Amino acid sequence: MEIAGKGFPWRWLSSFWLWLLSGIRKIMLWIIMGGPIPIHIAIIMDGNRRFAQKQHMAKKSGHEFGAESLMQSLKHCYEFGVKYVTIYAFSIENFKRSPEEVEALMELMRQKLQALLEKESLVNQLGIRVRLLGKLDLLPPILRQTAEKVMARTMTNNRAILNVCVAYTSTEEITQAVAGAGRRFEMGVSVDDIEGHLYTVGCPEPDLLIRTSGETRLSNFLLWQLGFCYLHACGVLWPEFSFRHLFRAVLDYQRAYPYLKHRHTGFQQEKI
Amino acid sequence: MGLRGTVPLANGFNCNEQVQVPGSFASVHLCYGYSVNRLRCQIHPMAALKKETVWQVFHHCLHISGIERRRILSVCASIAESSIKGLGTEEIPVESGKEDNAYEDPLPYGLYPYLMPKHVAIIMDGNSRWAEQRGLPSTEGHRAGRIALTEAVKLSCKWGIEILTVFAFSTDNWLRPKTEVRYLMDLFQFVLEDELETLKRENIRLCVIGDLAVLTKSLQTSIVEVEEMTKNNSRLNLIIALSYSGRNDIVQACRRLARQVEDGNLKSTDITESLFEKELETSCVGDFGSPDLLIRTSGEQRLSNFLLWQLAYTELYFDDSFWPEFGEAQYAEALRSFQRRHRRFGKRVCNKTNGTINF
Repeated sequence: MEIAGKGFPWRWLSSFWLWLLSGIRKIMLWIIMGGPIPIHIAIIMDGNRRFAQKQHMAKKSGHEFGAESLMQSLKHCYEFGVKYVTIYAFSIENFKRSPEEVEALMELMRQKLQALLEKESLVNQLGIRVRLLGKLDLLPPILRQTAEKVMARTMTNNRAILNVCVAYTSTEEITQAVAGAGRRFEMGVSVDDIEGHLYTVGCPEPDLLIRTSGETRLSNFLLWQLGFCYLHACGVLWPEFSFRHLFRAVLDYQRAYPYLKHRHTGFQQEKI
Repeated sequence: MGLRGTVPLANGFNCNEQVQVPGSFASVHLCYGYSVNRLRCQIHPMAALKKETVWQVFHHCLHISGIERRRILSVCASIAESSIKGLGTEEIPVESGKEDNAYEDPLPYGLYPYLMPKHVAIIMDGNSRWAEQRGLPSTEGHRAGRIALTEAVKLSCKWGIEILTVFAFSTDNWLRPKTEVRYLMDLFQFVLEDELETLKRENIRLCVIGDLAVLTKSLQTSIVEVEEMTKNNSRLNLIIALSYSGRNDIVQACRRLARQVEDGNLKSTDITESLFEKELETSCVGDFGSPDLLIRTSGEQRLSNFLLWQLAYTELYFDDSFWPEFGEAQYAEALRSFQRRHRRFGKRVCNKTNGTINF
């Protein structure tokens, strides 16, 4: 018996499937928008290499898929109404990896940043200002130049902010903030002094941290800023992270929100 | 020829098993025993082993059994360096200085002594909700929480954890109702006096960290007395965070460094991360102020301003039970979860491209 021949309506089926998926997505968006949306989401993008291993691909393809997944996730975040997204792209500790991997990652970052300079790139379409946070003088000069160009070009965008943490560790950030607040030493250092010298100055604290690949640790990311943040560990690898995982993370945040808000109002009165 | 030591095996391996090492002619005879501080495996004498193959053997064991690579690193290094020649056995201690019978009682099933975290931190959350669930006042919840803490301290001693840090009272908690705060302060005072004999007997050292200047004079005096009387104890370092805030800790470290800069002993450009870490309040336990494992009870998934700097590479574990319900089973499960994890500290664990292992 011929089950699926030329006459089988594949096109109709696939259109219907896409229509159904889009409908489900709209419903999920509608559910999410009914509750409190995190203003600032921090993401630790873990699992690129394990994804490449799982798919029997070369290591660097994992990072490329990760970059693609990042663009999609940013689009979804800004669609929800998230105003700040901070991502952990490269840690200072990651420089201890093999030189080939570090070089490949630097080159990939340079290419992706270069792509952001184009007019029709996502950041210009959505009005996103890009900031690179970290000890940027550890980066190769060509990447640093591209980064500075991107930061300058997107400085006037004001609908949302994307913080990319490169050559970053939170302990280094706090140490340099302490040294930077050094001129106030004789007047006594306060919480505000240190906060004023952190790389994330001007951004509110993250409301939600998402870490992929199932690990539950901070890996030296935003230690100061995550004091009251809701931590969500997602079991999938970063290249597999999609809209439904983001939906789940935000939903969990919304469920914990009443308790988070109740506990956090006390802290905002604390100043040294 | 052979090397003797003990590798605890999970994931389907039994004692006395012979394992073929992939990519080499060597086979490994793995013996499981309770002599937990030694690595025991006999390598078949017919194998012509090179250094790389020895590394492959252990990588294979580690990969299959999921043992934390850092702990076995010293063993692999000594085996590779010793460069197997001729017949004979060699015993390589995993952690030198420890004895086989260091722990008095066996561990719960699935826990391995040399995978135990050195430093565990606990956020004891959920006393009030536990009491509310039972229709009791919150003071009963705190009293039940004290019993759970005593149990956790006992288990930590029994299982060989060296440092236990507990979050007893945050700077935020001062905003709670005055009656509750007063009750908690009285409870802390009572517990310090009541448990002093136990601390002395069980050889537990007590340190209290936090902004102690805001506490009552009598509580401050009790704290100083107990710290003084237990300062030479060494079995367990119990750190109680009272009126503590992670950000305040960083700021006080900053102020201490500021004083050194003002005195001319230090330049502000010379401030490094390691120097900074020495000024944090958790430096009372030397270089081990950063917990390996943080447990938070009551299902809340956040840090609540606890030990922020120190948690850079800490494994986080969130338990759904309220703190008064946290007992041996929950603690063992948290430790099992920790022992299953692969800690990389930002680096790569191994490089398989040329068959050698780079730890």
